[in-house]
This record gives sequence, structure tokens and C-alpha cells, in this order.
Amino acid sequence: MNNRSTSALLYLSGVTVSFDGFKALNNLSLLVEPGEMRAIIGPNGAGKTTMMDVVTGKTRPDSGEVVFDGRADLTKLDEASIATLGIGRKFQKPTVFENHTVRDNLLLALAGLRKWHRLLLAQPTEAENQRLAEILSIIRMEEQQRMLGARLSHGQKQWLEIGMLLAQDPKLLLVDEPVAGMTDVETETTAQVLREINKTHSVVVVEHDMSFVRALGVKVTVLHEGSMLAEGTLDQVSADQRVVEVYLGR
Amino acid sequence: MITRFLWRGMDRNLRLFVLLVLALGIALPVLNQFVPPGSALHVPSWVLQLVGKYLCYALLAVAVDLIWGYCGILSLGHGAFFALGGYCMGMYLMRQIGSRGVYGNPLLPDFMVFLNYKELPWFWYGFNHFWFAMIMVVVVPSLLALALGWFAFRSRVTGVYLSIITQAMTFALMLAFFRNDMGLGGNNGMTDFKEILGFSVQADGTRAVLYLVSALALALGLVISAAVVGSRFGKALTAVRDAESRMRFLGYRVEGYKLFVFVLSAAMAGVAGAIYVPLVGIINPSEFSPANSIEAVLWVAVGGRGTLIGPVIGAFIVNFGKTWLTGALPEVWLFALGALFIVVTLLLPKGVVGLWGQIRARSQARKARASA
Repeated sequence: MNNRSTSALLYLSGVTVSFDGFKALNNLSLLVEPGEMRAIIGPNGAGKTTMMDVVTGKTRPDSGEVVFDGRADLTKLDEASIATLGIGRKFQKPTVFENHTVRDNLLLALAGLRKWHRLLLAQPTEAENQRLAEILSIIRMEEQQRMLGARLSHGQKQWLEIGMLLAQDPKLLLVDEPVAGMTDVETETTAQVLREINKTHSVVVVEHDMSFVRALGVKVTVLHEGSMLAEGTLDQVSADQRVVEVYLGR
Repeated sequence: MITRFLWRGMDRNLRLFVLLVLALGIALPVLNQFVPPGSALHVPSWVLQLVGKYLCYALLAVAVDLIWGYCGILSLGHGAFFALGGYCMGMYLMRQIGSRGVYGNPLLPDFMVFLNYKELPWFWYGFNHFWFAMIMVVVVPSLLALALGWFAFRSRVTGVYLSIITQAMTFALMLAFFRNDMGLGGNNGMTDFKEILGFSVQADGTRAVLYLVSALALALGLVISAAVVGSRFGKALTAVRDAESRMRFLGYRVEGYKLFVFVLSAAMAGVAGAIYVPLVGIINPSEFSPANSIEAVLWVAVGGRGTLIGPVIGAFIVNFGKTWLTGALPEVWLFALGALFIVVTLLLPKGVVGLWGQIRARSQARKARASA
């Protein structure tokens, strides 16, 4: 671990993951500073989702370092411990708990109680109710709070999931293609919400949609065949000849 | 705090249902014991024994539903926990026979004398005490579930693979218990029981009390299950059932949730088996047969998976049908069982309990169409 890693919130160095000989990640290095929002782009199969899997503990890298907050070695921890450390993940497909109400979805996500024996006798506390009310108002779903997750529209599910991430209150938020299947208006609103969230949390966004990445207006990392190809503002990387070849030119 | 915990989980329907179970548990023995046999209201002892058996099956069904309906783990081996509870009770009952056995050995049960055992095997120690046997009724199935669940859930064995493992477990146990040198009665199992707590097992009065105990156990099982699934733990549990990996990424260690419910469910099945054995007067290795476990899953499917009332109703419907058909048209029963399975899968995804909701939804849809 070098000295730079101590200041970075998320530090990946030389990470390699291969599936049956195919290198999904190839010697990938990446730094995310505290408070930063980073967009990660790249063509299909560039390793974006695998990178998220490695950071959240779903996939173990074959080699390389993955360090969170300058101290936690994420290659040694399981999903639950990594989530407890403060890394939240939003999936490409909205995954809310369909048989639970909006309110219960948020309650399950709320930071704090996770142990089964504590939950058996747990009563909702005043602080928890207050926090739930706050989040319901941020995602504008007070009206729907008794509605089952299965009955929400696609857009409402996306909002609920963002609410669940707020409830989880992670230090670092990994967001996988948040605007897939959204209308232009919804895309614009989502960009606003992410910028809002970024005021208090660090965010890594994986996205295909260039207009959305432009709307975010943040530093961009381009992945290609499991490695970093270029890094900089969207205008800088768009001007990079190699990036144009592998991705933007298509 | 415990009473509030237990009370909180129950909704109005379930409270009424538990009261109904308790009322039946008290009414039938009273009508059996205190109404003279000639009267129209008299309940014969064989009815009491039969319904008592159904009540034990119902408790087993609730246990299966707890793990399958609420945690999504399809256990095809719950008959094993039921049988283990039954064997613990059987061992107590065997030791109560004492010197009244055919061979008159004060210490060794008849089958051991027959097999030339010189002394009592170590695992029979303590089973002459009722309290010890009752602890074992809960502990033995729980420990087996704990060991199996610990390895299976930690290695993230799920779905059909876990079902196969549980099925293999009960099959392996059946083969083991069939062996004479297991020291547990071999293929004959244990029978010819004389006394339980000093009362004759055959006596009508004892049967009436055993029946009452089976109703109480079912009521308690329902109350405990309702408290568990109605708590915040229960919300997390159904969330694990619906989206396990999502729960992991929220920071939940889902193994603990699964393990707790698996062990609780096994303990409930064990208690059901322990009450079943003195009621029917025999326990043998066929109780471990895989078909028994599968039938228990069918009761839950028929009644309504993921509800607590459903499994009880399902256990009663299927077993009543079995009793009636195997008496009236024995060759039809297995076909009827198969047909039931198809009908439930195709037409009643939520079981008999869900039927009411299905009918209501349909009539509402019709009304909406008529008004449109």
C-alpha cells in the first residue's frame, strides 16, 4: 500500500479478475477521493460491473489491492461487512422488496440494526421514525408509504431504491446505470438527485448514457477490456483518439 | 416483554384461529370424558386419537411453512426432525416399561435382550427421566438442523440443491435407523408402551390429555411463529426469501436469519413428533421415509404457503382425505394425492386460504367490467 492510498476513499491497484481465462479486469487501478463523484464509462464487457462486484465483495480478485477508507482490505471481507463499512450499491435493475411496503423497504435499509437476534425484539425508535419521514419526503413518496413494492411503477421503484440508499447512509455509493429505461425528464431529475446526494456522500456512477454523464459534469474514467484507458473531464476523454476508437466512434 | 412479543405478532384472524384450536382442544376431551357413551354428543376415543394425530401433523406443517413459506427454503427432510422428536419420546416410553417386558429385564428393553445386549448403550442414559427426554425432544432435532444449516447456509447452498440435501438427510437417517445395531429398535422400531408419567398410555383418560396437549402445542407453535414473522426479524426474513443478495448488500448476514428459522422449525417438528408417538403408540424408521417429508410440504401447499392458518387447514384436509380414502377406496388414494398436487399448483397458487382472495379479486374485476 503506498502513501496515496491513505487519503483516497477507494483505492484499487493492479486488480485482475479472470473467468475461465477471460480477463474481465486486467491490472485495473483507480482512485476515488472522499467527497468525489466519478463517472465510469466504457463499452459492453469493459469490466464496469465486475469492478463493482469486486468492490462490494461479490467477486474476489485474482490479484491486486482493494482498499476502502485507507484501512479496510475489501478483498478479505464478505458483502455484509463491506456494506456495514459504508459502501452502498444500486443495481441496474431496480431491486426493491416487492412483498414489503415502501416504508418497510426503507426500514430494512435504515443504517443500524443488522443482527438477527437484535431484530427479534426491536421496536421502532423515535429517531428511526423521524429519519423515515425525512427520506419519504425527499423521495416524495409519503403518499405511497403503505403501498407494496410490487405495485410501484418503474420510476417509483428507482426513487424508492434511491431512498433506500439514503437510509443506508453509506460513505461511498456505487450506482449501476441509474437512468436505463428512464425518460429524458426523469434522467435530468436523477442527475440532480445524484448531485444532491454527492454533497454528503462520495459516488461512483457507471453509465452508458452520454448526455447523462455530461449532465453530471464530473471526472470521467474510461474502461476498456478491463483496464483504464483514459481519465479526465468528458471533453478531455472525448478528444482522446484511443477513446474515440474503442467507444465513442462506434 | 416476552408476552408482548408473543401477542404483538398476531392479527385478528390468527387470534380467533388460535382460540378455535384451543376451544377444540378442550371441547373434544370434555365431550369424550364427561358425556356418557350413549349420548349423541359423545365423542368416541378413536376420534380423539385421530384428530390428535392431525393436530401433530398440523404443527409439523406450520414448522415446514415457517422455513419454506417465510424463508423460501424448501426442506424435503422435515419428517426427519419429526421422527427424531418421536424417537426421543419413544426412548422414554421404552424405559418406562421396565421389567414388564416379555423378557422381564428391568433395565434393557426387549429388543436389546433379543439382540444379546449386555448393557444399556450410552445414548440411552437419562431417558428414564421425563424431563431429560423432553429436553432431548427439542435439542436433538435442533442440533441436527444447526449442523446441517451451518454448513449449507455458509457455503451458500440454496434452492433445489438444499432440498436434495435435506431429502438425502432423511433418507440416510431412515437407512441408519433400520439397522438393528443402531440400538434403537431397528426395523421394528419401538412399541408396546405401557405408561407415560405413571398413567397408562392405552387409557382413554390419557389419550384425552394427550389430545389436549397436541392442541396446546399447535396453539403455542402458531403464537411463536406469528411473533417471529410479525417482528422486524420477520420482515428481514421475507426480504431474504425474496432478494437474498440485495439483503447482503444492505449489510445483513443472511446465514444467521436462515439458521435461526431452520433450527426453530426443526424444534417445532420435533415437539410434534414427540406428542404423536404416545398418541399412535409406535415409532419406527418408516417415519423417516422421504415420502413423509414430501407429504408435509404438500399440506402446506394445499393450505396456503406463507400464511400461518393455511398449513393447519391443509394438514387437516389432506389427512382427512387420506383417512377417508384409504378406508373407502384404498387404491385411489395415491392418484388423488397426485391430482391434488396438480390442482393446487395450477389453480390454487396460494392454497385454500388464498382461494377467498382469488374469488374476491375476480368478482371485483367482474364488477369493474360491468360498470365500465
